[in-house]
Amino acid sequence: MKKRASLWGWFWVLLGVVYFLVPLVGTFTFSLEMKRDVLSFASYQAVFADPDFARTFLFSNQMALLTIIGSLALFVPTAYWVHLKVPHLRPVVEFITLMPFVIPAIVLVFGMIKLYKNPVTIGSLTLIQAPTNSVLGTNMLLVAGYIVLAMPYMYRAVDTGLRAMDVRSLTEAAQSLGANWFTIIVRVILPNLRAALLSGALLTFAIVVGELTLANFLDRPAFGPYLWLLGQHRAYEPAALSIISFSLTWAAMGMIFLVSRGRGGQGQVAGAH
Amino acid sequence: MAFLDLTNIRKAFGTADAVTDFNLEVERGEFVSFLGPSGCGKTTTLRMIAGFEQPTSGEIRINGTDVTRKSPNQRNVGMVFQSYALFPNMTVAGNIGFGMKVTRRPKDEIAERVNEMLALIRMPELGDRYPYQLSGGQQQRVALTRALAVKPQVLLLDEPLSALDAKIRVELRGEIRRIQQQLGITTIYVTHDQEEALSLSDRIVVMNAGRIEQIGGPFEIYNYPSTTFVAGFVGTLNQLRCTAEDPAAGKLSFDGQIFSAGSPVTAAKGQPVLAMLRPEELRFGATEGENQLNGVVERVTFLGSIVRMYIRLGASTVTLDALNERRLTLPKVGETQTVSFPAHAVWVLPEA
Repeated sequence: MKKRASLWGWFWVLLGVVYFLVPLVGTFTFSLEMKRDVLSFASYQAVFADPDFARTFLFSNQMALLTIIGSLALFVPTAYWVHLKVPHLRPVVEFITLMPFVIPAIVLVFGMIKLYKNPVTIGSLTLIQAPTNSVLGTNMLLVAGYIVLAMPYMYRAVDTGLRAMDVRSLTEAAQSLGANWFTIIVRVILPNLRAALLSGALLTFAIVVGELTLANFLDRPAFGPYLWLLGQHRAYEPAALSIISFSLTWAAMGMIFLVSRGRGGQGQVAGAH
Repeated sequence: MAFLDLTNIRKAFGTADAVTDFNLEVERGEFVSFLGPSGCGKTTTLRMIAGFEQPTSGEIRINGTDVTRKSPNQRNVGMVFQSYALFPNMTVAGNIGFGMKVTRRPKDEIAERVNEMLALIRMPELGDRYPYQLSGGQQQRVALTRALAVKPQVLLLDEPLSALDAKIRVELRGEIRRIQQQLGITTIYVTHDQEEALSLSDRIVVMNAGRIEQIGGPFEIYNYPSTTFVAGFVGTLNQLRCTAEDPAAGKLSFDGQIFSAGSPVTAAKGQPVLAMLRPEELRFGATEGENQLNGVVERVTFLGSIVRMYIRLGASTVTLDALNERRLTLPKVGETQTVSFPAHAVWVLPEA
């Protein structure tokens, strides 16, 4: 009986592995077949040789970095405050953070364009010129939109990290030792959220780098639209790009694992459950 | 003026009062315990002293200074939590030195103080460990010294031993008292464990439903409880529902048997009263010159140093504690036996 159970166990594991690996292997071998009758890395060379690849990839990386910084600054204090002072509002905040799953990005981007195509004024006084009229303004809108899209992941990661520690006692212990709010967040809360923040940042990065709608409609030279364009016109390069981005993701996952392992096994990839 | 002064403290959560009419004066170096069942307001009071809660009304003074509206980080009050609350990202030394680092003390001074503290808890070699590498007892020792390292005016302990197992609890209890006396620090200790409160404190504040029931030394609280609640909560207590037979002579009637309460009883003849008796004041068998009651042995529990017997007397069961001896013959369940007790061991309250 036990023997049969373990056999079935292996069967399901194997099925999972096949389901996961077959498309990956297929994509990889296809990406090597650019030159007729030989396996080569020609498609990878083509990808790296394209100046648009580097340009859009760099741009998206910069936007991702800004998004991560922005969402950390916004969600860490918010989640911390909700945990500490208004835990009964947690369901409400969670509901709000899930909104991006319900409201499509296209609605978000058109809303932003409609709202920010005009200057921000009070009476006859102009505070800010129309953000959509300048590159800086549009980039800011893009990052703001990304922060909204990444919110479910980032907030959840921070929230899970906070649940894993005794926020209240730690805060009170630090307070009674003379620490102010800034010291508590920087010296006590953030270091203990390290693994959670890293996984939140990674998820945010992945979303931003592959995002198409916002960048497309705001007309920014991002990686998402580039990927999409490439997919429309080429055969082998998109496959090579998939493998490249897959490797990057796994490298990042490995990094999280290494960082959290150093903490005596208490770290785990937050948001992963 | 006392060192720690709590005057007319009241704390309301919504419409419910968590603490009312709380008045207490604690002298410098005194060890005072707040004892009571959960929800009695003891932790809330402690948290008000720490500054984590604001009293709805009343005043808290430490060393003559009104701290009622001061934030926790300005009170210089050390706090130890049930959950230890050590910072997981810092080593033991980092934890102990945290308070001094926050106040920007020089590095040498911090290092010196950390070593001093580690020596105090006899863990000099564990400064580089992380909290997760320590046992619960060790973690709580570190938490204690972390609170003491900043030389607080008052040390507050919120059920610090509740999460530990019995043996460590007793061991650490002794250690807390030793360190407290060595440093002469004014200490407030919150617990629901009467044994802890009795063994540690100079004075005990027994609380119930947000109010102080009695303040007194351990001996006084145990032997001369001023309310039925204190009598019932601290220690085990036998309560016999009697009627006053001859109040002036202190004679009571219980289940048709007459016994003496030693002194006159303030009740009318025939009025129901409660007679209280500690289990250790009862003796098994007939003793000359003492009250004697007959009952049936219901259960015998061997607790090691103490043998606890449950004797059925009429409608109620009394508990009797006898010290263990090797030559002791344990009574059998169902036997009819005599229990005796001196008249002065009885105290009488009118039945509510």
